Amino acid sequence: MKRLVFLVPVALFAAVLLTFAIGLDRDPSRIPSVLVGKPLPAFSLPGVRSRDSGLSSKEFRGEPRLLNVFASWCVSCRVEHPVLLQLKQQGVPIDGLDWKDDAAQGARYLAQNGDPYARAGNDRSGRTGIDLGVTGVPETFVVDGRGIVRYKHVGPIQPEDWTSIIEPLMDRLRTQS
Amino acid sequence: MKASGIAFAGLLLAASSAHAVLPNEQLADPKLEARARAVSAELRCVVCQNQSIDDSDAELAHDLRMLLRERLLKGDTDEQAKAFIVKRYGSYVLLKPQFRTETLLLWLGPFVVLMLGCAGATVYILRRRTSENVPLSPEEERLASAMLESEEAV
Amino acid sequence: MIAEIGQLALILAFLISIVQTVAGFVGAQRRDPSLMALARAAAWMQLLFVGTAFLALAASFLINDVSVALVAQHSNSAQPLIYKFGATWGNHEGSMLLWVLILAVQGASVAQFGSSLRETLQARVLAVQAVIGVAFLGFSLFTSNPFLRLYPAPADGSELNPLLQDPGLVFHPPILYFGYVGFSAAFAFALAALIEGRVDAAWARWVRPWVLASWICLTLGIAAGSAWAYYTLGWGGWWFWDPVENASLMPWLMGTALLHSALVLEKRGALVSWTILLAIITFSFSLIGTFLVRSGVLTSVHAFALDAKRGVYILGIIGGLTGSALALFAWRAPMMRTGALFAPLSREGGITLNNVFLLAATAAVFLGTFYPVFVDLANGAPVSVGPPYYRITFVPIFVPLLLLVSFGPMLNWKRNSWREVLGRLRWPIVIAGFALLLATMVFGIAWVLTAGALALGVFLIAGAAAVLVRRWKLTSGGGWLRFVRTTPLATYGFVLAHAGLGVTTLGIAAVSAFQADRVLNMLPGQRVALGGKEITLESVLPVEGPNYQATEARFRVVGRWGERVLVSQRRFYRVSQTQTTQAGIGVSLPGNIYVSVGDQNPDGSIVVRMWNHPLVDWIWAGAFMMAFGGMLSLADRRLRVGFAAPALRPSAQGAAV
Repeated sequence: MKRLVFLVPVALFAAVLLTFAIGLDRDPSRIPSVLVGKPLPAFSLPGVRSRDSGLSSKEFRGEPRLLNVFASWCVSCRVEHPVLLQLKQQGVPIDGLDWKDDAAQGARYLAQNGDPYARAGNDRSGRTGIDLGVTGVPETFVVDGRGIVRYKHVGPIQPEDWTSIIEPLMDRLRTQS
Repeated sequence: MKASGIAFAGLLLAASSAHAVLPNEQLADPKLEARARAVSAELRCVVCQNQSIDDSDAELAHDLRMLLRERLLKGDTDEQAKAFIVKRYGSYVLLKPQFRTETLLLWLGPFVVLMLGCAGATVYILRRRTSENVPLSPEEERLASAMLESEEAV
Repeated sequence: MIAEIGQLALILAFLISIVQTVAGFVGAQRRDPSLMALARAAAWMQLLFVGTAFLALAASFLINDVSVALVAQHSNSAQPLIYKFGATWGNHEGSMLLWVLILAVQGASVAQFGSSLRETLQARVLAVQAVIGVAFLGFSLFTSNPFLRLYPAPADGSELNPLLQDPGLVFHPPILYFGYVGFSAAFAFALAALIEGRVDAAWARWVRPWVLASWICLTLGIAAGSAWAYYTLGWGGWWFWDPVENASLMPWLMGTALLHSALVLEKRGALVSWTILLAIITFSFSLIGTFLVRSGVLTSVHAFALDAKRGVYILGIIGGLTGSALALFAWRAPMMRTGALFAPLSREGGITLNNVFLLAATAAVFLGTFYPVFVDLANGAPVSVGPPYYRITFVPIFVPLLLLVSFGPMLNWKRNSWREVLGRLRWPIVIAGFALLLATMVFGIAWVLTAGALALGVFLIAGAAAVLVRRWKLTSGGGWLRFVRTTPLATYGFVLAHAGLGVTTLGIAAVSAFQADRVLNMLPGQRVALGGKEITLESVLPVEGPNYQATEARFRVVGRWGERVLVSQRRFYRVSQTQTTQAGIGVSLPGNIYVSVGDQNPDGSIVVRMWNHPLVDWIWAGAFMMAFGGMLSLADRRLRVGFAAPALRPSAQGAAV
């Protein structure tokens, strides 16, 4: 019995060490979205470009769509912009949310750099962003045909992110509905 | 690189000092403002390194501070206002972890350690008393007491 | 050229520490005097070479050699000289070199001052120290080489983070590291004793000065960090339960337990295995702290770099060192002699209880710090732990502990009666009770918890004074001068330390309960009342610094006792393009007025935040008292048997008398 007590420290330590070892792989600053599995929060935003009629949550019906949160002042958004343009070429439905931005500047940004969005809404105050749990830009939501959020990608979408995670997901959602 | 996870946001992480609540953010009603400050201190700034939204001067922290005050003005209780933000950002945003099955170890752990420690110490002290019990003569007792009494220095 | 010398020196130090390890272990095993002497010589050589490496790096910073990558990343020609020097350790690679330097100083100290130790014990202690050295020198050389060059060299460096361009940087890390790394000596002593199979009162006597010295440095280091955060971060916080702060608190708590447990071991031969375990645990927490800052497992304002590869290496070191130490403990400790008996109500009993509470408090800090990692692994919903958690767990555990502190010195060894003990504490209890009543009446019944905390602080101070009063009564006759001279330094030491704890408690209670702040836009000439004082903004003017430009606001603070001028700046550092705020702090015994300015508004007004921090300086004054008390204890020659008479030792040629 006495011997067993002396083993407790090393046993506890082994457990803790294992935890740390696995924990090294995790990124402590990424928190998963609480919206996954829930309906897209209701919103209705004015347009960004002159031809826009705006963007509302009701429009996320029928087929899986991407909701991409961007801003004209966002540096990393420019990194993913070519990828988004390519996706648009392939026929992927993408809508844009211009976050904490002036609509005119957002429109100018799209005119200068290319426009991957079917529809685009301007969230000047950032309140819709808060409703969506946005912490920064760029972020992208995958919303299925019934308006349920299925995935949130934080950061610029790289080609690998598309081919390995988002594209298969959207294919799966399309066949389901 | 994990650091890019933070950098991408394009927000300035406070390398500078926090300068949180600005004069024009404050509510007119001091009681309501005090509540707002107290609740803000319990909410984590999710784009910062370990600060509350009350302490952080990140823009998202500012937005959440304003939102919180709006909810309080609308009549939310402290709990309702917190729940409003938790609904959007998850329970991660609470600096005081909720009491759930997953956090039982967290909340009870220290007290369990305390109890086990006291139990262990008690067993240690009492068990050994029974093994050695040679009584001292009254003379020896007096001598021993006097010696122990004078040994109060470290 | 200098950097290459440093590089070479570092490699040599690595090789020498391997020699030291082998010579120490083999020499002790075979009782070979020449091998053991080699181990001692190697310890000196290690200090020489690591010292050279460190000086080479410091020199590179001082001359702003931007072809050294580290200098280019963390320094700049316009930076003040003292911060060029401090930048040597204001980064991951350099601070690791500092870590290893202090380890080498430890090793050389054991070689030098440990001549009265059993030679085999000394050799094994040096060998264990060398193992730690091998691990961390290897870490430095293979993953964090400070001497890497940059081709082509840039025109000038990107400067040191402006927040670090502060006297705090020059003082806080080195002294903190002396504490962290200092506990490696206790660790080495513990392992050496386990290997030898002998732990006795003499061992405890030898270990105590090392533990005490490390504890003093850690206390000062933590206090310095807290004070630095207070005046630098611009909003007057002094403790944030940040993971890295917690990482320094855990070894401090366990180190305090070790200090007291070693006392019992020395006096009564009891708590043998527990003291050994504490020595292992305390240093292990130092290692975990090192891991935390450099691996990216947790986010923190302190974190150096998010680099998993380094994290893996350090984790490996921790696994190796702590794992084998605890395994050795599990194997050898059960056969250690158990010591004398004692009644529950005795000094030993009190210290045992002290240790239990410190352990539980450490558990609270540990769980709070690492739970997010544990939950993340179990794929549960992410949990975040902040100050509210620690207020509910750590504080209720620490408060009873503080209550016990005054009882300890009033307890006799072996056994007591309750009547005896309470009788000795009669006056402190009465004074504290009176303080409680007074505070409750002055502040109101709603503040009764705060009143209790204040009374607790008073109880600690009165209890400490009571020790001296009791001693005076027991050694009556001879006058007070004789009393002062014949009281052992160690008695003054712990009395001062316990009283310091009371002073810190008073500071924490007062500032937590009664701090007040105001936030407003102010125009020059505007006046505001806070904390019983009148604060007027006198002027807002632009100023130029050596490597920054700033907006400077001058405030006049008028109180009952006079007036003073406080200056607060909002600085913009050109090279790194960052903004900082320098607060204006009016320090006085009853508390501080703390003023901090923000940006200017278009209408010419400036954002001003001001605080009243009652008794906040008492927090650090108390910590300094604790450290100074420790120094007095350390100076007491009676406790330094390990240093006093050098033992006669058989030479290599023949036996001595």
